[in-house]
Amino acid sequence: MTLNIGIPKETYPGERRVATVPEVVEKLIKLGFTVSVESHAGEGASVSDEAFAAAGATIAATAAELYAAADIIFKVRAPSFEEVAQLKAGTTLISFIWPAQNPELMQKLADAKVTVLAMDCLPRQLSRAQKMDALTSMAGITGYRAVIEAANAFGRFFNGQITAAGKIPPAKVFIAGAGVAGLAAIGTAANLGAVVRANDTRAEVADQVKSLGGEFVKVDYEEEGSGGGGYAKVMSEGFQAAQRQMYATEVKNADIVITTALIPGKPAPKLITAEMVQSMKAGSVIIDLAGEQGGNCELTVPGESVVRHGVTIVGYTDMPSRLAKQSSTLYGTNLLRLAEELCKTKDGIIDVNMDDDAIRGLTVIKEGAVTWPAPPIKLPPPPPPKPAAAIKPADKKGGHGHGSSEPMDLKTLSIVFGVAAVLFALVGAYAPAAFLGHFTVFALACFVGYMVVWNVTPSLHTPLMSVTNAISSIICIGALIQIAPPLAAGIVRPNIVIGIIAFIGITLTAVNMFGGFAVTRRMLAMFRK
Amino acid sequence: MSEGLATVSYIGATILFILSLGGLSNPETARRGNWFGIIGMGIAVLATVLGPRVSGGGIALIIVAMAIGGTVGLYAAKKVQMTQMPELVALMHSLVGLAACTIGFASYIDTSTVFATPAEQSIHEVEIYIGILIGAVTFSGSIIAFGKLSGKVGGKPVLLKGRHWLNLMALLVVIFFAFVFLGSDSGAMRGISLAVMTLVALGFGVHMVMAIGGADMPVVVSMLNSYSGWAAAATGFMLSNDLLIVTGALVGSSGAILSYIMCRAMNRNFISVIAGGFGTGDGASSGASAAAAPQGEVKAVSAEETAEMLREAKSIIIVPGYGMAVAQAQHTVNEITQKLRAKGVNVRFAIHPVAGRMPGHMNVLLAEAKVPYDIVMEMDEINDDFPNTDVAIVIGANDIVNPAAEEDPNSPIAGMPVLQVWKAHTTIVMKRSMASGYAGIDNPLFYKDNNRMLFGDAKKMLEEVAKGV
Repeated sequence: MTLNIGIPKETYPGERRVATVPEVVEKLIKLGFTVSVESHAGEGASVSDEAFAAAGATIAATAAELYAAADIIFKVRAPSFEEVAQLKAGTTLISFIWPAQNPELMQKLADAKVTVLAMDCLPRQLSRAQKMDALTSMAGITGYRAVIEAANAFGRFFNGQITAAGKIPPAKVFIAGAGVAGLAAIGTAANLGAVVRANDTRAEVADQVKSLGGEFVKVDYEEEGSGGGGYAKVMSEGFQAAQRQMYATEVKNADIVITTALIPGKPAPKLITAEMVQSMKAGSVIIDLAGEQGGNCELTVPGESVVRHGVTIVGYTDMPSRLAKQSSTLYGTNLLRLAEELCKTKDGIIDVNMDDDAIRGLTVIKEGAVTWPAPPIKLPPPPPPKPAAAIKPADKKGGHGHGSSEPMDLKTLSIVFGVAAVLFALVGAYAPAAFLGHFTVFALACFVGYMVVWNVTPSLHTPLMSVTNAISSIICIGALIQIAPPLAAGIVRPNIVIGIIAFIGITLTAVNMFGGFAVTRRMLAMFRK
Repeated sequence: MSEGLATVSYIGATILFILSLGGLSNPETARRGNWFGIIGMGIAVLATVLGPRVSGGGIALIIVAMAIGGTVGLYAAKKVQMTQMPELVALMHSLVGLAACTIGFASYIDTSTVFATPAEQSIHEVEIYIGILIGAVTFSGSIIAFGKLSGKVGGKPVLLKGRHWLNLMALLVVIFFAFVFLGSDSGAMRGISLAVMTLVALGFGVHMVMAIGGADMPVVVSMLNSYSGWAAAATGFMLSNDLLIVTGALVGSSGAILSYIMCRAMNRNFISVIAGGFGTGDGASSGASAAAAPQGEVKAVSAEETAEMLREAKSIIIVPGYGMAVAQAQHTVNEITQKLRAKGVNVRFAIHPVAGRMPGHMNVLLAEAKVPYDIVMEMDEINDDFPNTDVAIVIGANDIVNPAAEEDPNSPIAGMPVLQVWKAHTTIVMKRSMASGYAGIDNPLFYKDNNRMLFGDAKKMLEEVAKGV
């Protein structure tokens, strides 16, 4: 029997997302599942019931009907107590749960004898878990939306322009915290043309900031801030003082400040004080993405947009929901990836395999028994940093058609010259004059060849080979002068044998001569702009 | 035609040959350069035939021989597919080698040459000996190279026990018989030593190329190119003909430089390539590398998803390898390129010096498919652009994009310059399977987060991609 996946309409006030979209429904059906969607579930994300039905889902008129039929429930927000009450025993619920913040909900879920996979409990350090990482996909949307909200509240252009009406300076954006949301915000703001500066306690993200077009601002203090699981950790007192100093300067100069600093399990750090807000220009904007955990700014009102000291402070906590179609698509895809992991056999039956690190981490309740928190995963230790000088990158310039520009090192040079001198001395001492004439020509020709061939562009190396090959059929001349030389009277030679051999020689070289030039011509004719 | 006129014609031909090679510095002048070569060759042949060293009786024979050879050559040049160029070139090298041998033997049995001094006679004999030696090695080596390139002989290196000793033995035998050849007065002994030397040289050529793996073929082909030049130069010494000497030296140094460039592109020295045994041919992964296999997950994509990524990219770099040549996929690659360029996507090609089976192999294939050559870049020109590239597609290449060369000092290919495709935002690797490359080592690129694998036959997959683009 194949299992039925139910997608209820989200009941949390203001929530516009839905846990799947029609494109995903099609793929879920391919995995062998059947899919039911509650009527109007996709309304907030602009997905009609018809679209779901067209993708192969059945539409359930009411939530009660849906919960009764479903074996697996896909949700976005953690379920309300009313929703928990509707879950029948044995159902598998997959959604955000936040077990640490919601002990009472956990208890109720356990009592309901269901299996719960919490998307927020995914072991994010597993690289194969990344495709299921809904926190990351939501954070990316949050960062994007933060910039859009800022642009909405900000009274000016983001990009600098020089117009007939005068010069407009670009907006200055400062972003605190370069996690997924921060990086998305950096990229979006930079693409709009703003000058973006960003800071993070983890120094290793500096390169990522730069790669997205931002400038990394360092705190002038030595301490490494990488905590476990890709989050930052709490920093020392001295560091915090230096950090406050830096923030004061940056915030004062910025037109837009976006804060994303979160520390797991703790209230958000108060990075921006009331004085800093006061120091900002009127009309500036602060987007505080840590609103849910109390905010990074002292003056933030979670969930609302307020104006203090002439500065708009946006503390919305529902950024992904404000981009409902996009978040639903990404979240739906994350769930699809999870479904693929759970149903490797593609027969519509799921297997909650507790030996699988990723699934073990996700599973917070297994058939009514609380299994949260999962034991830490033993990852192979990260490879020790490699000695930087271990590999000499072979970046020697030259060679590729531009001549070897660097001088040979002195020792090799003297050896080469020494050997050459000895050889030349030997030849000079013993060889007859006639040979020396040819030898001169030979030595000089080698040098001419050397000089000429270094100038050949690498893309023409194949034609070079075929043309040199054609030219080397000049050896034909050897056979030509052997085949029938005018003989002085009285000299005897085995004419017939030589004639046959020379005939063969001429034939062979003629193949080369004609073939080589013809194929070169054919190749060169193909090279065009 | 007088002796003087013939000599002047030779000088003219020499200059034309030099101009011909010089013309190859860019594709525009290269076409003219080829004509210079043809004219030079025509002048040289005519000057010889009409010159004082050929009597009227030989002309008919010469015309017949030229007609036969020329027809065969032109036919082959017309029929050959661009993917088979390495085989054709190798085969042609073997002809030069064989011709050098025939001329050497003819010169040996020719009793009409008169020498002023005994020293001149011995020098002439040394020249014959060396000419035949180089010719024979070139001949047999090129035949084996042809066999390996066309798949008639397996790509795996054949490593005999004590092969270095075997080579040394061969060298000693050759030197020993050189003394016999020069010192003996008996015609029989001299004939025998020449024959033995020829057999040893043939055997040496076979053995040398057999020991070299598929990935090192570019070096071998250019090395044989060089040998065919030296064979011509040796023949020139033998016949006291400066034109042959100059041309031989030009070709010889050209091949030598190519071999050097190829070796450097693999960060290996020439001796170790020739000593053989590196490229393992059919890509069987060695047991030792399995232990150090990189960790991570390989993410496969479909042709449609690939097409989608390409549609949405602003800049794309395509890295072709031997796999593209095998699958004959160059025309499909061009079709995709044209479609994307029509949409304003910046599509470029990155060519590693040793991609394919001979120097410049990929360039010729792309040119055949009518890819404009100004978007085909060398490694040094394009390597810095990968970080700003949305998608890098690797088609049937492996070792030349292996990050282990830069990241892992213990890797067998450490220090080899590679195309840094992993720095692009996304890489797509097209491959038939997860097998290792010719170096027989695993490629950590496949396990990188930003890498996707598109498994299947390159041509079939690319055709599907082309439909979706």
